[in-house]
Amino acid sequence: MATILLIFAAVSALTPLLTRWLSLRVFYVIALLPAAAFVYTLGQTPFVISGGSVTESVPWIPALGISLSFRVDTLAWLLALVVTGVGALVLIYCARYFTADEPALGRFAAALLAFAGTMYGLVTADDIVVMFIFWEITSVLSYVLIGHYTFKRASRGAALQALLVTTFGGLIMLIGVVILAVEAGTTSLAAIVADPVTGPAATWAVLLILVGALSKSALVPFHFWLPAAMAAPTPVSAYLHAAAMVKAGIYLVARLAPGYADTPGWMPVLVTLGVGTMLVGAWRSLRQYDLKLVLAYGTVSQLGFLMVVVGFGTRDAALAGVALLLAHALYKSSLFLTVGIIDHRAGTRDWRQLSGVGRTAPALAVIALVSVASMAGIPPLLGFVAKEAVFTAFLEAALAGDGWGWVALVGTVLGSVLTVAYSARFFWGAFGTRVSLADTALHPARWDFQLAPGLLAVATVLLGPLIFLLDPVLASYADTVPGGGDYHLALWHGFEPALALSAAVVLLGAVLFWRRQGVSRLQGRVPAYIDAGQGYGSTVRGIDRAAARITHFAQQGGLPQYLSTILVVFVLALGFAAFINRSWPDAIVLWDYPGQVVIALIMGIAAVMAARVGERITAVLLAGVTGYGLVALFAFHGAPDLALTQALVETMTIVVFVLVLRRLPQKIAQHNRPMKRRRRALIGVLVGAVMGTIGVIALGARQAPSIAGEFPRLALEEGHGRNIVNVMLVDIRAWDTMGEISVLIVVATGVASLLFVSGRNADLPRMGESEKRRSLMHRRKVVADPHAPSDGHAVTRQSWLLAGRTIAEKDRSIMLEVLVRLLFHPAIIVSVFLLFAGHNEPGGGFAGGLIAGLALVSRYLAGGRYELGEAAPIDPGKILGLGIVLAVGMAVVSLFFSGLPLESAYFETSVPVFGSLSFGTSTIFDVGVYLVVVGLVLDILRSLGSEVDRQSDIETDPRPRSQQGVEASA
Amino acid sequence: MSASLTLVVVMAVMYAAGVYVMLERSLTRVLIGFLLVGNATNLLLFLMSGRPGTAPIVTGTASDADMADPLPQVLMLTAIVINFGITALILALIYRSWWLAQLGDEGDTLTDEHAAETLAGTEESFRSVTDDEAASQEDLDASEREQASGRAPASERDPADAPGEAMNR
Repeated sequence: MATILLIFAAVSALTPLLTRWLSLRVFYVIALLPAAAFVYTLGQTPFVISGGSVTESVPWIPALGISLSFRVDTLAWLLALVVTGVGALVLIYCARYFTADEPALGRFAAALLAFAGTMYGLVTADDIVVMFIFWEITSVLSYVLIGHYTFKRASRGAALQALLVTTFGGLIMLIGVVILAVEAGTTSLAAIVADPVTGPAATWAVLLILVGALSKSALVPFHFWLPAAMAAPTPVSAYLHAAAMVKAGIYLVARLAPGYADTPGWMPVLVTLGVGTMLVGAWRSLRQYDLKLVLAYGTVSQLGFLMVVVGFGTRDAALAGVALLLAHALYKSSLFLTVGIIDHRAGTRDWRQLSGVGRTAPALAVIALVSVASMAGIPPLLGFVAKEAVFTAFLEAALAGDGWGWVALVGTVLGSVLTVAYSARFFWGAFGTRVSLADTALHPARWDFQLAPGLLAVATVLLGPLIFLLDPVLASYADTVPGGGDYHLALWHGFEPALALSAAVVLLGAVLFWRRQGVSRLQGRVPAYIDAGQGYGSTVRGIDRAAARITHFAQQGGLPQYLSTILVVFVLALGFAAFINRSWPDAIVLWDYPGQVVIALIMGIAAVMAARVGERITAVLLAGVTGYGLVALFAFHGAPDLALTQALVETMTIVVFVLVLRRLPQKIAQHNRPMKRRRRALIGVLVGAVMGTIGVIALGARQAPSIAGEFPRLALEEGHGRNIVNVMLVDIRAWDTMGEISVLIVVATGVASLLFVSGRNADLPRMGESEKRRSLMHRRKVVADPHAPSDGHAVTRQSWLLAGRTIAEKDRSIMLEVLVRLLFHPAIIVSVFLLFAGHNEPGGGFAGGLIAGLALVSRYLAGGRYELGEAAPIDPGKILGLGIVLAVGMAVVSLFFSGLPLESAYFETSVPVFGSLSFGTSTIFDVGVYLVVVGLVLDILRSLGSEVDRQSDIETDPRPRSQQGVEASA
Repeated sequence: MSASLTLVVVMAVMYAAGVYVMLERSLTRVLIGFLLVGNATNLLLFLMSGRPGTAPIVTGTASDADMADPLPQVLMLTAIVINFGITALILALIYRSWWLAQLGDEGDTLTDEHAAETLAGTEESFRSVTDDEAASQEDLDASEREQASGRAPASERDPADAPGEAMNR
């Protein structure tokens, strides 16, 4: 069964493609699939007939006990036959119903096929969670199918309405499903029903599930979505709204009834709403002039009827219920398909404009007559057999003294009378001849257009007399309902009270149809009751507007207000938690060492001043002081890696700040400073106080020892490194690092795209002749410096930095150029040393990368943007990419060797200068980290340095860029 | 576990100062606040490693017993580098917004674009849904009207596809 579902999914995915090749013929191809499922289900009949079931289970989420389990017992078998059989016929019908130029035909075919598969999954699923998933998929697919005519407003409105109503019910049902599964301790539907849960929780669960079932099956007060959904193409109405989706609610009630019919609330809810729906639907059906809406309201009515019967909870009612379910699926889809043909051939569904269709299309009229008669309960059709069974079951219950039996009996008899009336009115309306109208001209159609409704009608005729074949199978479901009973489905039971009821119903219905003028006048006089459809509209509008108002109320103050809101909530929540806290640390020392107080004092003062000064650069430097304070704290605390990294980052931050701030005004704009100063200060102090308290509490709350106890051993034995921090970064917790370098790549890309708006890949500006000079031959040639005194020695004087001469003379510093020239290469060597030594000593990819980055920064600061291009003539994107490829590659490659991503392998070797190196694959990972950090720094320099230079050059120098380039390379 | 009260106090002060500046409109101030709050958070993590110890580098000697907890250090190392990345990104944002606005002193203050959004504008965005629904309701009502109102119940076919429709008129 899981295989069938997989095939359904795969073929549905391919269907749009197939449609492009096969056009309408695609429907014949995909109809094979539900047909095959039909045959497969028929093949399961022997197991089912004996009262057994076919099961299949694939583990899915063992932690929650959820598995993809399927189980075909009698009920599932019947439903599976209906959804696959009718599904196949409807797909065949589609090939004639649509024309080849129908827009979005592929999408439609795929959705319809997927829907058939989903329904099959829904009725065969044994796991209640899996069943719920299929349940929700049908809602989504029905949205796509009802909204097929995307250009029609009515179609879109109806689709959204159906989706909102059914998913609303579904959401409520989910709560019930979860409660039920938890209470029962299993997710198997069979087990949940066989061993019913009792108690208040179960009652609530069942009632919540009923809300889902009622909304799916369009019962009052959710009934309005079904008539609106008639905006769908007719095959959709015939399948979703007669045979399949609306039956899901009935199926679920029938599934639960054997175990839960005696749950408090079950009977009142189902009988009252069912009878109410049956009467409301039938009453409104009598008023319709649109044939399809006659059927739609009729379906609402019949669904109410079905709900009463399957939910009634006696053995005989259950037997009658499944028979009625089958009968309804057959006649109602046949009738919908018939209306589709009339609509297709006559161009209208308003029966006031139809005349003589019965004479021009006799075959169609016969098909419709059979189905309508079955709907009205005329012998010897299946509908009659089912209705007889229903009346008998209710009569027995009522005579046995069951009050709800009386309600059900009287309600369904009245409803049936109305059903007979609208059935007759439907047939007369569709096929009758109106003297005032000329015969409607029918567009010719191929005979096989009528194949699908015809086959359904044949089934209706055959299953009436042959019901004795089906009776034992269906009885095996009914027998699971406790209470007992001995009714058998048969065409002829002798002269029984139920037969008299049936006769009376048909007679009264005929009278209603005969006096239809009077009925119509009466209906006109009844005041319009509350229209549930309007109620839905105003509810949805109300919710939309309330949401808009709340959003406007909550989000009108800009960033500071949002931040304040978040922080105030934070203070209140954590402040309260801190207030009721009772665990404090055993001992608090004032300081670890006296120097700590000095460092802290400096940091505190710097922080407060940073918050108060008005000049950008001062504020940045003061914030930097707090960072350098951290460096000192780290260094004294036994965290050399942190101290190293923090120092490098702090330096880099200040450089980057200066790069940007040189273009911005010196003073920070102060717009609303005086006004809200107190409030801001208050929030700030409160946040600080709460954080301090939380920090102290967290220290006291720790009960278990740190997991760090194992780290030294792990680092040495598993990671082959002595520096625990580095081993954790590249091995023990390498996934964290992987996430981090991904963030860095995103940030680098973000910075670059904010500056290079037109494209990230603009090359760094290079010196004109640099390519030539890089070749080996010219390597030692002296570069002429145009700014040097040109008294004949110019050619012999060497420029310390290649691009130094592109900078205006007044901006050059020969000291700086000399220093950078001397320090750059040693710095790169140190950075590589740190990278490889980091496994055993302080250092590692981050520190190494930052040092290399700082070396590049110095080249840029001393020589300008052309110098940067010379120092790193590679696109930073490529460096970033190479870095992440190394890191991810390490993860993937180790998958092949050990089966675990990021697992490392090692070999030790001795390298001159560096000493003994334990080279592991984790070092490759660290190289990746190194490259990403270098790439990030380079990207920042290129964007906030070079690009900002260029933009400011354009501002001060109106000449086009190409000309500047020429000058630069000159 | 215990820790130094000095560090707790300085952390609280840094949080307070950071939040105070962060609540201003100017993006540069927000960034200064971000730096302070970031450092304060690192300090909070730092506090969780308890009292000072030796560097978490295995030496195989007795000093290994006094080793500082390496776990918070790893978390902080990651946080420090990411803080730097985000700082650079916000700086790029500041520069970009200034470059776009070129408004001198007001360069890095953003106008609140949501101020232009009114309730009427929101109403407009619901109109399409409301109209769809009204059309759906209208189709239902049409089928109950006593007089055929000229507008036949919407046939699913386009008039062009259904020759019968043309003959009806």
